Amino acid sequence: MEIIKNPWHWSVAGLLIGLTVPVLLILGNKSFGISSNLRHICAACIPANIGFFKYDWKKEAWNLFFVAGVLLGGFIGTHFMTNPQAIVINPQTIHDLTALGVKDFSNLMPNDIFSFGTLFSLRGFFFFVVGGFLVGFGTRYAGGCTSGHAIMGLSNLQLPSLVATVAFMVGGFVGTHFLLPLILK
Amino acid sequence: MTQEVEEFETENKPTGKSKKPESVSSLLKYTLVGTIFGIVFVKAEVISWFRIQEMFRLQSFHMYGVIGTAVAVGVISIQLIKRLKIKTLSGEPIEVPGKTFQKGQLYGGLIFGIGWAITGACPGPLFAQIGSGFGAVSITLLSAIAGTWVYGAIQDKLPH
Repeated sequence: MEIIKNPWHWSVAGLLIGLTVPVLLILGNKSFGISSNLRHICAACIPANIGFFKYDWKKEAWNLFFVAGVLLGGFIGTHFMTNPQAIVINPQTIHDLTALGVKDFSNLMPNDIFSFGTLFSLRGFFFFVVGGFLVGFGTRYAGGCTSGHAIMGLSNLQLPSLVATVAFMVGGFVGTHFLLPLILK
Repeated sequence: MTQEVEEFETENKPTGKSKKPESVSSLLKYTLVGTIFGIVFVKAEVISWFRIQEMFRLQSFHMYGVIGTAVAVGVISIQLIKRLKIKTLSGEPIEVPGKTFQKGQLYGGLIFGIGWAITGACPGPLFAQIGSGFGAVSITLLSAIAGTWVYGAIQDKLPH
């Protein structure tokens, strides 16, 4: 029970996430990639006669079934395999984030940012609306996200995926060190 | 529309090869794989905004370890599949499509990276965060869908 309840080591997580690549290929010749879902949802719900959304999304339905599982897995992992302890965060990170005004370090996400309470504030607008928009727009523009490029693409030794992965990281460093301080103020 | 954009279209096209949509019972196996994946995300705290902050502040090896191990396992797996000519369960030869370079990987990559730092989520963890009980993240997901939609609408005006 201890093994299930305690947070898992990075090597265990990495192994299981990496194995998703061959499992999906062997199950049905599917290339791992999650952000395409957002496109399928657009194609299914609001295609609006845009060429980019005119394709038979039903043929890609496996991807929607996959993320339904991720959602379910998020629920199971949280409600039945809970870690009773508070998350262990590097004290330096806590120090840096406290300086930016983050107060709650008890959960996986800071409750003082990611709750319905902040949703309608200016802070909430940046964290939910702007942040989400950048994720959706950027991943499609890049042709993939962490799963499609950083994991699937790099696993297949694709140079374009290396470019994308480096760009993800550079964007992340810029976002963390230059934009977050502005948004959190 | 330039040649480049057309090529990009092909690359960014969904890669499904099946002739007809699969049955729901056949698709449920992907839900099972996704469920395991979601559990891993929660148990290894990959969905945590704090873990992403540690990563971008170079204050923890955790996320680098997760991604690095996943890539190593992926590389070995694909090499084995290619060299041993492993087939799918239904006996088809496995195809792993390559990626073509285009400027979007750079520009789009930077844009996504900024969003990743703010939300603490890539598209996968977004779903796991919602499942985990952070209901407000559904707004992030809706906004990500909107972002994808806007990209589709203005795609041919962007450099590729």
